[in-house]
Parts: sequence; structure tokens; C-alpha cells
Amino acid sequence: MTIGKPRLKADIMARKLLLTHIHVPGIHTFEVYRQQGGYRAVEKALKTLTPEEVVEEVKKSGLRGRGGAGFPTGMKWSFLAKPEGVPRYLVCNADESEPGTFKDRYLMTHIPHALIEGMIVSSYALGANTSYIYVRGEMMPQIRILERAIAEAKNAGFLGKNILGSGYDLELYVQPGGGAYICGEETALLESLEGKRGNPRIKPPFPAVSGLYNCPTVVNNVESIAATVPIINEGGEEYAKIGIERSTGTKLISASGNLNKPGVYEIELGLPVEEFIYSDEYCGGIANGKRLKAVVAGGSSVPILPANLILKTLKGESRLMTYESLADGGFQSGTMLGSGGFIAFDEDQCIVRNTWNFTRFYHHESCGQCSPCREGTGWMEKVLHKIEFGHGSYSDIDLLVDVSKKIEGNTICPLGDAAAWPVASAIRHFRDEFEWHITNGHEAQR
Amino acid sequence: MLSVKHNEPVEFTEEMLGKFAEIVSRYPEGRQKSALLPILHEVQAKYGWLSVPAMDSVAAYLNLESIEVYEVATFYTMFFLQPQGKYVLEVCRTGPCCLVGAERIMKHIEHRLGVKEGEVTPDGLFSWRGVECLAACGYGPVLQIGPEYTFYENLTEESVDKLIEELTEKAKVNG
Ligand SMILES: NC(=O)C1=CN([C@@H]2O[C@H](COP(=O)(O)OP(=O)(O)OC[C@H]3O[C@@H](n4cnc5c(N)ncnc54)[C@H](O)[C@@H]3O)[C@@H](O)[C@H]2O)C=CC1
Ligand SMILES: Cc1cc2nc3c(=O)[nH]c(=O)nc-3n(C[C@H](O)[C@H](O)[C@H](O)COP(=O)(O)O)c2cc1C
Ligand code: SF4
Ligand code: FES
Repeated sequence: MTIGKPRLKADIMARKLLLTHIHVPGIHTFEVYRQQGGYRAVEKALKTLTPEEVVEEVKKSGLRGRGGAGFPTGMKWSFLAKPEGVPRYLVCNADESEPGTFKDRYLMTHIPHALIEGMIVSSYALGANTSYIYVRGEMMPQIRILERAIAEAKNAGFLGKNILGSGYDLELYVQPGGGAYICGEETALLESLEGKRGNPRIKPPFPAVSGLYNCPTVVNNVESIAATVPIINEGGEEYAKIGIERSTGTKLISASGNLNKPGVYEIELGLPVEEFIYSDEYCGGIANGKRLKAVVAGGSSVPILPANLILKTLKGESRLMTYESLADGGFQSGTMLGSGGFIAFDEDQCIVRNTWNFTRFYHHESCGQCSPCREGTGWMEKVLHKIEFGHGSYSDIDLLVDVSKKIEGNTICPLGDAAAWPVASAIRHFRDEFEWHITNGHEAQR
Repeated sequence: MLSVKHNEPVEFTEEMLGKFAEIVSRYPEGRQKSALLPILHEVQAKYGWLSVPAMDSVAAYLNLESIEVYEVATFYTMFFLQPQGKYVLEVCRTGPCCLVGAERIMKHIEHRLGVKEGEVTPDGLFSWRGVECLAACGYGPVLQIGPEYTFYENLTEESVDKLIEELTEKAKVNG
């Protein structure tokens, strides 16, 4: 396949809202962040808007959850139950563990105040007086950075009692996880924050009705919360002008794998995938002059696509970085934006080996509550290991498809689906590679 | 970092108890169980791992049954239930890092340290293990070292050798 010369549209597609000041020296400090216009959104919200008006702006913005599910944030906020005399909580999901995803870590490391400011605005909108940022335990350096940022904000009167004389009180705490992917699932996260094993709860009830300590709770991703800052500053309508269709605003994309310039990029939703991969503004093409073989566009849980289908839809239209365009073609020929974990595979990579690796991951991370997930992921791991190492038979391929189907839709939380989809899609698009391993058993035994 | 033996009783210092109390104050009345993970991290940072007496002391402090602490400590991968090397090298072994050479790095570490995954070198200085995606996939291969979880990115065989030498030196100086 030949890839045309990259078309540079950097001028119109390069608006930044979250990473605008990332290169300003000292931006991780309160002082510099404030000099660059930081905490204006808190001032605006607390002094000129009611909590309901903040929710309204977020609704108008069209912001969709950046943790992966893409659920409209404003709508989730308006679902929050408000029984009399019961506290409400905002919990930030900073458990970021989806293979391929590293944007939240990047944001918290470099501009921690963007998250703290977003937490204050969002907590105010929801009427929460105590909020938590649940950070995966391995991110100890980021936990320290956030704790320092919270202390600075408190010192400057943006946290604590009667913030900016508005009568609004907020305490903000950082909670470390213990190393468990499943604790990114919002109800497992709440269990963990209550000091328990991370076993997901059955939904409904959604956390908005019964969450932390059985109180109404909103769980939002780091990036979703940080995005409320430009939304309040610019207004929801302005934010909604960026992007295409129901994919409004900007999105942080974590780019990894065989790329010339892996890293975190803020893109306007609607950027063509081809441009994201090949333009020097972004990933700068495939490393070592190799060709692109496949892409996992939204973190390990979403279906893998071969190069031709990630660049163009089955209808031949240019594939765009939006929720809708990436999903075009459904599971047959499309995928999902998910958490924006964009993993590129060059022509030398083995799809079977990667599928085995991902399945090993899901088996390791299954909480074990549901048998289809606990047993199914183990079976798939074993069968894939067999195929990868040259001991597979043709019927194993059908067995994998069968097991993946039996997991899908039959579990308490979507980890089961997340384990099933990569296997089903790898076989759908790269069946010949599985067959090659089986036919050429001895060569496969490395 | 102190190290305790398996059945050695554990008594927390005044300083640690002060920190525990601050942690408990972050949650509503009666919800002190929420302090469990943060406190276990503090205890592990102090002793290098979680012995049964250490977990029992945490249970007593938080007014929990011991089993409530054990079931948590066994669920989460960051908690060590056996003594480890002074430096535990934790290498990411998940897909994206493998695309850029993580498996090679793990083999190199195994060879260089001369111990298998999970084992401790005879001098007690090092152990290593593969861990799952550390949210740094664009900078792989990566490894981390507790208790502060210092991060090392874009690893090569040479940079790993240098790191092991530096840590060995550091341990000699600090005794
Ligand atoms: N960022 C990361 O590291 C990872 C992200 N993911 C993503 O997570 C996604 C799955 O997440 P889930 O939370 O299970 O999806 P979900 O669709 O159940 O929920 C999404 C959000 O909307 C809320 N919500 C949905 N319906 C609601 C209602 N009727 N009332 C009130 N609130 C409602 C939920 O509480 C949740 O906060 C996957 O699509 C995957 O992409 C998965 C693994 C890791
Ligand atoms: C297995 C699993 C792991 C997840 N991990 C994360 C995560 O690390 N970070 C995150 O924000 N959402 C994660 N989610 C999605 C959350 O359940 C939830 O949808 C999200 O935090 C809501 O925030 P948002 O609406 O701002 O995206 C995960 C979901 C599943 C099923
Ligand atoms: S699907 Fe898997 S991870 Fe999710 S609750 Fe069931 S066993 Fe646990
Ligand atoms: S796969 Fe290694 S850090 Fe994500």
C-alpha cells in the first residue's frame, strides 16, 4: 500500500486547550500557572455562575467522557441524585492503566494545576465538599506532585473553607491505588477507595445514584475534569465549535509503538488518522522507514485494525479521529476511540504474539468474580500461547472465537468484553497469521 | 529501609502513627477503612514488604479484622508478601513496551543479575519482576523502583547496566 504525501493541515487543526502552556518553564507551580491565566475558571464559576449554570455550560460543550466510554459529561452530572442531607462526592479517575494510554500521567506530571482547577470547578458544580483523586499507586511521583499542587492552591485560598469568599467549602485529597487495572472501572475504584478489594459492583445503580459510601457520586477521568477549565473560560458553546459532529473539543492522544515520535498529543477531534500518523506535527511516520501494519486506536481493549482500514473506512472515506468515524463499520471493519491509546505496529510485528500478550494481561487483571471472565481469559491465554509457540492446531482458532463469544456480554463489568474484542478482531483481520503459526510450527518456536 | 523477619512483631514509630492519623482524617467518621491502602503503602515503604505481624498491627490500628487487611494486601499487586531485594526492578511487560524491546530488556536483567523473576540476588540488593503497563508506553521500555517509584524510560541494555552499577555503588556508600 502506498501512502500519499502527508497533507499538513496543522494551522487549522492545532488548537490546544489543555496543553497550551505545557512548555512554559515552571508551569507545574501555582505561581507560573496563575500568571498564565490559571484559576480564572474557578473565579468565574464561584463568583458569577450558580452550580446549575456550570452544569449547563458543560452540557452545551458536548464534552464526552475521556476515560474511554465517551458518555456525555454534562448529562452524567445532571443525573446526580440530590437527596436532602446526604453528602455528594466527586472522584477523579486517575487510575490510568489501559495498555497504550499515558495521557493522564503526562497531564498530572506537567500541569497538575489544570486538574486541581478542574476539580474545584467540577466539585462546585456538583455540590461536593469533599473530593478525591484516585491515582494508581505506581504513580507515586505524580501523587507527590498533586499533593504539592493542592497545598499551593489551598495556601492561595482556592481550596478549604469559604473559597474566594463565596461561602463554598472544598477539601481535596489524593488516594493511592495498589496496582490493579480493574480499579480503573469506576465501581471497582469506589470499592478500592473504601479500603476493599477492587471487585466491580453491578450497575445499575450507577454511582450517580449510589457511589462512594452509598452516596451520590460522579466519577470522571482526569482529562474530562481538566477540560471543564477551558469550557468555563470560553463558554460551552465556543468549546462545542471545535471538532466534528458529536465529537467536540480536543482530545489527548497517547501514541506508542513503532512511531518516529511517540508521545502525548493534543488534537482537535476530526484530525485525519493518516495525518496523525504521518505528519511531522504529530507522530512523524513509522520508525526505521518501515511500513504500517496495524493500529490499535483506543487502548488495548478496542478492536485492532489493519493499516488499510485504519486509514480509510470500508466505504473509502478518510478515517478521522472522532468517536463516530473510528466506529464506522461497527466491529466488522471499525473500532473505537476509547481512551485514545494509539498503538502502531510496523510490518515486522507479530499479531499473534501481541494478542497473546494482551490476553495474558487481561487474565492477570481479571478480578475473578465472574466465571466467563476468570476462566475464559485463562483459556484464551493458554490457547494463544500454544499457537504462538508453534503447538497450535486449526481448531484452536475456532475455539478462541468460541470462548471470546462466550465471555462477551456475560460479565459484571466490561473487562470481559475488553478481553474478548482484541482476540476476535485479531482473528477477523489477521487469520492468515494465526494459520501461518499453526502450519509452520517449528519456525514459530523461537 | 528497615527489614523485618517473618514473625517479628511490628511496632509503629510515633512519626508513622502521626502520618496514619493524618491519613484517617481524610475520610468521614466511621470510614477509617478507606485509609487501608495508603497506610499499607506507608508500612511497605518502611519495612520493604508486608509481614503478617505488620498487617495485624495495621488491622488493630484501623479497628478492622486481620482478614480484611489480608484480603486487600493479597489482591493488589504492589504489596509484597515476601521480603524483596533492597531494589526491586519492575519492568513493564505489556504489549506496547514489547513492540519496542521490553522482552529483550527483561532477559538482559535476568542474565545480568543472575536470578529468576521474583528471586533475590545473594547479596540481598536486587530482585526484579515483570509488571503490567505503567502508563508510559510512549517511552518504553520502562522500569520503576519503589518505594518512591522512580522511573527509568527508553531503556537499553547499556542504560540498565549503568543503573545496576549505580545502585550497587549507592548501596555500598549508604551501607
Ligand atoms: N482510561 C483507561 O485506562 C481505561 C478505559 N477503559 C474504557 O472504559 C470504558 C468502559 O467504562 P464503563 O464505565 O464501564 O462504561 P459505561 O458506559 O458503563 O459508563 C460510562 C460513564 O457513564 C456513566 N453512566 C452511564 N449510564 C448512566 C446512567 N444511566 N446514569 C448515570 N450515569 C451513567 C457511568 O457511571 C460512567 O461514569 C471502555 O469503553 C474503555 O474504553 C477501559 C479500561 C481502561
Ligand atoms: C476494566 C476497566 C478499566 C477502566 N480504567 C479506567 C481508567 O484507568 N481511567 C478512566 O478514566 N476510566 C477507566 N475506565 C472507565 C470508567 O469505568 C469510567 O467510565 C470513567 O472513569 C468515567 O469517566 P469519564 O466519563 O470522564 O470518562 C475503566 C473501565 C473498565 C471497564
Ligand atoms: S468481568 Fe472480569 S474483571 Fe469484571 S467483574 Fe467480572 S471477573 Fe471481574
Ligand atoms: S505498555 Fe509499558 S508502559 Fe504501557
